Amino acid sequence: MKANSPSVALFIPCYVDQFYPQVGIATLELLEKLGCTVSYPSGQTCCGQPLANAGYARETVGTARHFIETFNDYDYVVCPSGSCTLHVKEHFPAIAGLEKEQEALEHKIYELVEFITDVLKIERLEGKFPHRVSFHSSCHGQRGLHLSSGSELNQPPYNKARKLLENLAGLEWVELSRTDECCGFGGTFAVTEEALSIQMGKDRLADHLSHKTEIITGGDMSCIMHLQGIATRSKQELKFLHLAEILNQALS
Amino acid sequence: MTHPENAAEFLKDSQKAKWHDETLWFVRDKRDKVSKGIPEWEQLRDLASGIKDNVLANLASYLEEFERNATKNGIIVHWAADSEEHNRLVLEILQQQNCTAVVKSKSILTEECHLNPYLEKQGIEVVDTDLGERIVQFLNQPPSHIVLPAIHLKKSEISELFHEKLHTEKGNEDPVYLTQAARVHLREKFFGAKVAITGVNFGIAETGEFVVCTNEGNADMGVHLADVHIACMGIEKILPRRKDLAVFLRLLARSATGQPITNYNSHFRSPSPGKEIHIILVDNGRTAQLAREKFRSSLKCIRCGACMNTCPIYRRSGGFSYNSTVPGPIGSILSPGLDLKKHSSLPFASTLCGSCTDVCPVKINIHEQLYEWRQEVTKTQGEFAKGLSMKLANGIFKSPLAYKISGNLMRTALKSLPNSLIYHPLNIWGKNRNLPDAPKESFQQWYRKNRS
Repeated sequence: MKANSPSVALFIPCYVDQFYPQVGIATLELLEKLGCTVSYPSGQTCCGQPLANAGYARETVGTARHFIETFNDYDYVVCPSGSCTLHVKEHFPAIAGLEKEQEALEHKIYELVEFITDVLKIERLEGKFPHRVSFHSSCHGQRGLHLSSGSELNQPPYNKARKLLENLAGLEWVELSRTDECCGFGGTFAVTEEALSIQMGKDRLADHLSHKTEIITGGDMSCIMHLQGIATRSKQELKFLHLAEILNQALS
Repeated sequence: MTHPENAAEFLKDSQKAKWHDETLWFVRDKRDKVSKGIPEWEQLRDLASGIKDNVLANLASYLEEFERNATKNGIIVHWAADSEEHNRLVLEILQQQNCTAVVKSKSILTEECHLNPYLEKQGIEVVDTDLGERIVQFLNQPPSHIVLPAIHLKKSEISELFHEKLHTEKGNEDPVYLTQAARVHLREKFFGAKVAITGVNFGIAETGEFVVCTNEGNADMGVHLADVHIACMGIEKILPRRKDLAVFLRLLARSATGQPITNYNSHFRSPSPGKEIHIILVDNGRTAQLAREKFRSSLKCIRCGACMNTCPIYRRSGGFSYNSTVPGPIGSILSPGLDLKKHSSLPFASTLCGSCTDVCPVKINIHEQLYEWRQEVTKTQGEFAKGLSMKLANGIFKSPLAYKISGNLMRTALKSLPNSLIYHPLNIWGKNRNLPDAPKESFQQWYRKNRS
C-alpha cells in the first residue's frame, strides 16, 4: 500500500502485549515492510474472549464497547491472533447504539495472515528462512476463520500460512501426522481441565517432535504459549516463534 | 464427580488413555477417508441438515402423519411424555404377553430411560444382543459410546470377562473365538424371548414404516423370532419421505464407523400374521429442547457418534467421564437440557475447537452450542467467586489505565517473586507447564518509547 493507502490499526491481544511484545513488534514491522501505514491505537485492552468463553459473555459489554470505539476510525484492524479476531467477529455481544460501527468492525478486522493474502493479495514473500519449521494450526484460525482447510471436510486442501512460509528460501515444511488436532489450550480450559489440557499439549508436541522439527510456529501465541510451557518444563530443545516473527525475520 | 475430575482419573492410566485415543482416532481417520471418497459429501451434509430442519419445524404434523400411516399398516402406536411413561408402556405390553424374558437390540433411548433396571426390578430378564452392549451389560456398566458401547475395553479384558461369564478358555483373546462364544450364548436368549425390543434410527412419516440399522443383524434376529416387537423411538427421529433415507443411510455409517453402509438396514412396516408391532414415540425433554431456540438443532442428531470419535477430549477422557447417557460433544449439548445442574461441567469439557461441528453429518453447530450452554450455566449457578473475578476482569479491560496498571503489576510480580510463589499449587497453569519469561516491557510501552 502506497500513499493514500487505507489506514491499518494494529490490535495486539492483551497476553501478547504483556508476554510477547516481540510478536507485536514483528507484526508492526512486517506490515510496514509490506507497505502499509500502520498505527497502534492507544488505550486498547482486550477483546474479552476469556470472560465470554468462561460463560460470562454478558459481562463483556463494556469491553466490547471500548473495543469498537477504539478501532472505529480505521479502514482495517489487523491482529496477530486468529482466536481474538474470531471473537471480535462472532462473539461480541450486541452493543446498543453502535450497531453500524459493530457491523463495520466485523468486516474490517483481519487475522494477520489473511490480511496479507486476502487484502494485500500477496501470494509470495521473497525472503529466506533456512530452518525446519512445523506449523500448529489454531482451531479458531482454521475452523473459525478458515485460514486453512480442515481434515474433517471434503474440500480441496489449502493453507494460507503455508503458502507464505513455503516460499521462503531454505524453509523446510514439516508434515505432521495429525494436521489439525487441538493443542488443548482452550483459554480457561487450560486451568479448569488441567489434566486434559496438559495431555493434549504433550500429544501435540510429540507429533511435532517425532517429525524432527526445529521450530514450531503458528498464528496464535496462546497455543504456542501452552505448548512452549509444556516443552520447557520437560526441557525440550525446541524453538517457538509466531508466524509474524518468521516472516519479519525472513524479509529483513 | 465433575468432568475434570473424571478426566484426570482416566488419564492416570496413561497407556490405556493413549490406546483409547488412538483407537478412536483410527475410526475418525476411516471416516475421513471414506467420506472423501464421495465427491458430493458436503452437499449430502447440507441436504441432511436441511431435511432435519424441515422436520423440526413441522414435527407435530409429521408425527401425526407417521401415526396415521403406521396405524393403517397395523402397527400399534403409543405416546410417552417421559421416561417413566415409556417404561410403564413397555412393561404393560410385556405383562399382556406374560413375558418374563426380552431381547433388546441397541437403543440409546432405552438407556436414556433406564429401561433395563426398571424391567429387572419387575423380575424381567433383559438381554442386550448387540455384542458390545452385552459385554457392558455383563459388567453392569452403561455403554461408554453410543455406537461402540464397549470401546473402553481391551481384548484382554473381554477375554477375561467371557472366561468368567461364558466359560471360554482362559487367556484366549482370539476375536473369532470370543465372538463365536457370544453367538452361542445369545442364540439361546433369542430363542427364549417372546418379545423383542429395538430402537429406531428413522421413522418415515409418508409410509408409517421405520428403519433399524445394525451391523450384527441382532435386531432382525430378535424381532423375527419373537411374537411381539416393541420399537422405542425418540420423536425427533422422523423423516418426511422414504427417499430421504437415500441421504441419511449414506451419511450414517460413513460418519459412524467409516463403513459405506451399515450391514443391516431393516425396514419394518407391518406385523406378520399373528404377530404385533408396537412403537412408542417418546418425548422425554425433546419438546422442551425444541422450544430452546439456540439449542433446537441439537435434535437433528442421528446418533452416529462421529463427534465423539473426533473429540480430543472424549478420546482422552472416555465416555464415562461425562456421566451422561449420550457422552461426548453432542451429549454435552443435549444433557444440560435434561438436567442443567447435574451436567453443568459438560459444556466446559471442550476447547471449542469445532471439530465436532465439522464432522457432524447433519451440521449441528455443536461447539457454538457448547459456548451458549456456558452462558446458561453461569447464569443459574452464579458461582460467586468466579463471577466476581470475571466482573473485575471486565472492569480492567474496559479501562485502559486499570489494564496497564494490572499488567505492569503482573509482569513485575513475575520478575521479582520467587518461583515457589509463582508455581504455587493454586496456580494451576504452572503445575505442569512453565509460564513465559516476563519481558522487561509490554508492547504498549515499547511502542510509546519507539514509535510515538
